Amino acid sequence: MKSLGRLLSTLAGLLALWQVIVTFGELPPYILPDPLAVISVLWKDSGPLLYHAGVTGLEIILGMVFGTLLGCASALLLSYSQHARRWLLPMLIASQAIPVFAIAPLLVLWLGYGMGSKIAMSMLIIYFPVTANFYDGLRHTPRGWLDLARVMLPGSQPGSHRWAILRHIAIPAALPALASGLRVAAAVAPIGAVLGEWVGSSAGLGYLMLHANSRMQVSLMFAALFVLAALAVLLYFFVDAGLRRLLPWHPITPTTDPETY
Amino acid sequence: MPARPLSASPLSLAPPLAISLRSAHLTYGGLVLFDGLDLELPGGVFTCLLGPSGIGKSSLLRLLAGLTSPGVSGDLRGSDGRGLTGRVAYMAQQDLLLPWLSVLQNVTLGSRLRSEPANRGRALDLLAQVGLADSALVRPDTLSGGMRQRVALARTLMEDRPLVLMDEPFSGLDALTRLRLQALAAELLAGRTVLLVTHDPLEALRLGEQILVMNGRPATLSALPDLPGAPPRDPGDPALQAAYRAILRRLEAQ
Repeated sequence: MKSLGRLLSTLAGLLALWQVIVTFGELPPYILPDPLAVISVLWKDSGPLLYHAGVTGLEIILGMVFGTLLGCASALLLSYSQHARRWLLPMLIASQAIPVFAIAPLLVLWLGYGMGSKIAMSMLIIYFPVTANFYDGLRHTPRGWLDLARVMLPGSQPGSHRWAILRHIAIPAALPALASGLRVAAAVAPIGAVLGEWVGSSAGLGYLMLHANSRMQVSLMFAALFVLAALAVLLYFFVDAGLRRLLPWHPITPTTDPETY
Repeated sequence: MPARPLSASPLSLAPPLAISLRSAHLTYGGLVLFDGLDLELPGGVFTCLLGPSGIGKSSLLRLLAGLTSPGVSGDLRGSDGRGLTGRVAYMAQQDLLLPWLSVLQNVTLGSRLRSEPANRGRALDLLAQVGLADSALVRPDTLSGGMRQRVALARTLMEDRPLVLMDEPFSGLDALTRLRLQALAAELLAGRTVLLVTHDPLEALRLGEQILVMNGRPATLSALPDLPGAPPRDPGDPALQAAYRAILRRLEAQ
């Protein structure tokens, strides 16, 4: 609730600053409309705005879901198999060198103007933070826990109990790291979806913005931008709250006492 | 819940297991910490291994626990001629409680890992014995350091293994909690073959039925003369004070 209050007061401050710039900068409305005009468009066009927000929102959520699944699977594969590490890790890093912007037209060409290409874009953009964070967590299981598990598990081959250790020790221990990756993912996933919509689409907030831009409906553009920002913030808060609820044992506030580690 | 005696398991009916380790060798960072070291753990005896930090005590313990580390080797067997795999319980300086499991689930971690049904009744009995019957369902992060180490003790006993290895299990605790936990450990581990590694002479004097001092480089083991009385001994006992001075002399000698 406190963070909501902070968010609202920041918003009010920005709106006031905006109005001041419009009033004293004497900017024409097709460059910068005043906040009231944008709010009235938000009200008047709420139907189409909600529809397009729904499309974009669905693309983001599906991109998050599939990107998370793919990222988790990759991280598990990387931590489980040395061969996978040797072959996949360089590719994973190289894939980050190619900007998603560059392959967006290709994805639209391959997957069409519908939701598929936007979901793929969101997936691609969150794939790296999810994989890298989860993999990092899986690699850094505290040694003491592993020792304890190895003494408890009978059997002489070191590799014979990897699955039990992975399932009961390494994966739970890596969940806080995965949660960090998911928070980053929630913040960047909307970029992927909107980028896809800009390149080619028939629905979504990115489509609406391009459409409004070409018709000089600047107020509608701002309204769409505002809805997109609200959507992104909502997504982040929802993901953050969900993660806190799912990992109650992981301290949210950083510990200052070194002895707790 | 009142503390009840543990139900006897087939393991505790068998004669206590004696352990012998021959020609143990440890090279660490190019240094030979010990070589040709022999260690005997008589069955059913609480042995304390005392030595300064960095001498290789923990590595020796890890060797007994079957935890392989580079540079360590040795010929290890039980008095029945079999290896020790699956017959060791291990307790470290850190409590190693898993923060996402409840106290009870932590105590039954072994069966969880082995995908066996957990014996909840026995786990609750053990928690009652260490005085934590009321905390069975809470998460470990709500417990104090002493309580957490008591949970770790219950988890060690839950495994019901003939050999119990402890690596400075009480060194991170305050003095009073340490004395209480030492008494608890002496009581609950009586009759088992135990090796407790420590750098605290008083702890060894309080708990050890056999006390081995490890020092020198490469390190050697020497046994201390038997002490009067059964553990846990009173730290104020004058006999202990004399032995304490003898240990310090021996540790300083090399």
